Amino acid sequence: MTEDEFAAYQSLAQDSDDHRWAFGTGFTDPLEGIDASVPDGVDAAALATYCLMLGDDALIYSHRLQQWMTRLPELEEETAIANIALDLLGQARMLLARAGLAEGAGRQEDRLAFFREENEFRNVRLVEALDADFAELTGRLLVFSAWRLALFGQLAGSRDPVLAAIAAKGVNELSYHRDYAAQWVIRLGDGTRLSHDKMQAALSTIWPLVDELFRADGVVAALPEVAAHPQAVRAEVDAVLDTVLARATLNRPDRAPMAAVAGKTGRDGVHTEAFGYILAELQSLARAHPDGTW
Amino acid sequence: MVTAAVQAAREIAAAVPDPELPMVTLADLGILRDVAAEGEQLVVTITPTYSGCPALREIAHDLRYRLTQAGFTDVIVRTELAPAWTSDWITPEGRSKLRAAGIAPPSPARRRQVPPGPVPLTLTGTRREPVHCPRCGSGDTTQTAAFSATACKALFRCETCREPFEYVKDI
Repeated sequence: MTEDEFAAYQSLAQDSDDHRWAFGTGFTDPLEGIDASVPDGVDAAALATYCLMLGDDALIYSHRLQQWMTRLPELEEETAIANIALDLLGQARMLLARAGLAEGAGRQEDRLAFFREENEFRNVRLVEALDADFAELTGRLLVFSAWRLALFGQLAGSRDPVLAAIAAKGVNELSYHRDYAAQWVIRLGDGTRLSHDKMQAALSTIWPLVDELFRADGVVAALPEVAAHPQAVRAEVDAVLDTVLARATLNRPDRAPMAAVAGKTGRDGVHTEAFGYILAELQSLARAHPDGTW
Repeated sequence: MVTAAVQAAREIAAAVPDPELPMVTLADLGILRDVAAEGEQLVVTITPTYSGCPALREIAHDLRYRLTQAGFTDVIVRTELAPAWTSDWITPEGRSKLRAAGIAPPSPARRRQVPPGPVPLTLTGTRREPVHCPRCGSGDTTQTAAFSATACKALFRCETCREPFEYVKDI
C-alpha cells in the first residue's frame, strides 16, 4: 500500500466511535428525510399493498440468492450473486419502508419483514423455490430480472414520486442483473451437451411460474397511473426471453401454468411449500428477540 | 446561518472520504448533493450510489461527526433518491484519484431513450469503448467479472501488462 493509500484509510479512522460496521447496529429508515406524503387522489391503502408486493418479491428472492453464498462454482459468481442479492435487499428495504409510510399505521421495514405471517406476504411464487443447480439459478434470475426491469421501467413514470424514484434507481441495477443472467443462460445453453440439457431442464422447472407474473389483480386496478399493469410488460419480457433463448439454442418450454389455489396465487398470500422454510430462517432470530438491539 | 458558515460546512462535507473508496471524497463521487442552511439547522443532502449500498449510513454518520466537531450543533443529513446517481457525476479529479489508486474510472453511462423505453440487452462482453488499464494505460483489457467486492465495481484484466484491476461500473 502506498503512503497516500494508507493516509486515505487512516482518515476513515478519525470518524469512528462505537458504530462502525458492527452487524445489525442502528439501522436507520432508508427513506429518512424523503417527502413520503401520498399524492392527492391516490388510494393510500392500495399503494401500501402494491409496494409490499414489489418489496416482498425482492426480499424473498434476495434471501434465496443469499443462500447460494459459499456454494457457487467460482469466486466471481459469488461476488456477482452477493451484489445482486444486496441490490435487491436495498430495493426491498425502500419499498417496505414506502409501504409502511403509505399505510400510516407506524409499521417500519423490520416489522414488515420479520413479523408478518406467511399469508400476509405478497410475493410471486417464482421467487420461492430453492434452486436445484446453477442452471436453475441463472434461468430464474433471467426471468425475474427481465420482468422486474420491464416493470420498473414503467414505474419510473409513476404518479407516486417515491415509487418512481425507487424504480428509476432499480432500473440501473436490474439492467446489470439481467445481462449477467442472460450471458450465463447463453453460455450454458450453447455450451456442451450436458450444460444444454441441464439449462433446458431448468427452464422447464421454472416455466409454470412465469404466467403468474402477468396476472392482473385488484390492487393494480385501484392505482391508475401509479402501478404498472402486469399485462403491459408482457411483450417486452417475451421479446427479451425469446432473444436470449434463441441465442442459447434453447426452446421456450411448453408447460401449463402452475394452478392457483381457489383462484389465489402468491400476490394473494397463497404460497408454495418452500415458503414456510424461508420464513423460518428469515424471521426466527428477530422473533426470538423481538425489538432486540445490539 | 451566515453564508460563510455554510460555505465552510460545504468544504468540510465535500472532503469526507467515501468509506469503501477512501481515496475519493463524497464530492469527488458526486454523492453530496447539497449543503444548505434552514434557519439554524444545517441540512446536508446525499444520494446513494446503489439501493443496497451499506456505506450510506456510515457516510451520514461521518458527515454528522465531522460537522459537529467543526462546531455545527444542529446537523440533519437527508437522502435524495431522484434523480438517481450516475457514475457520470464522478468529477475529473475523482477520476484521476481512482486511476492513481489502480481503479479504472467509469466510461460514460448508457443513456436511455427519452421517453424511457426498454433497456437494450448486452449479450457479449464487448464494450462500446475500451476500458484502459490504470497501470500501463493499455486499452487491450478484458472484463473477468461483471461484479466485484463492492456494488459499484467490476473486475478486469489487462492483456498487455497482465495485471488484474477493478473498474468502477458505468451506471
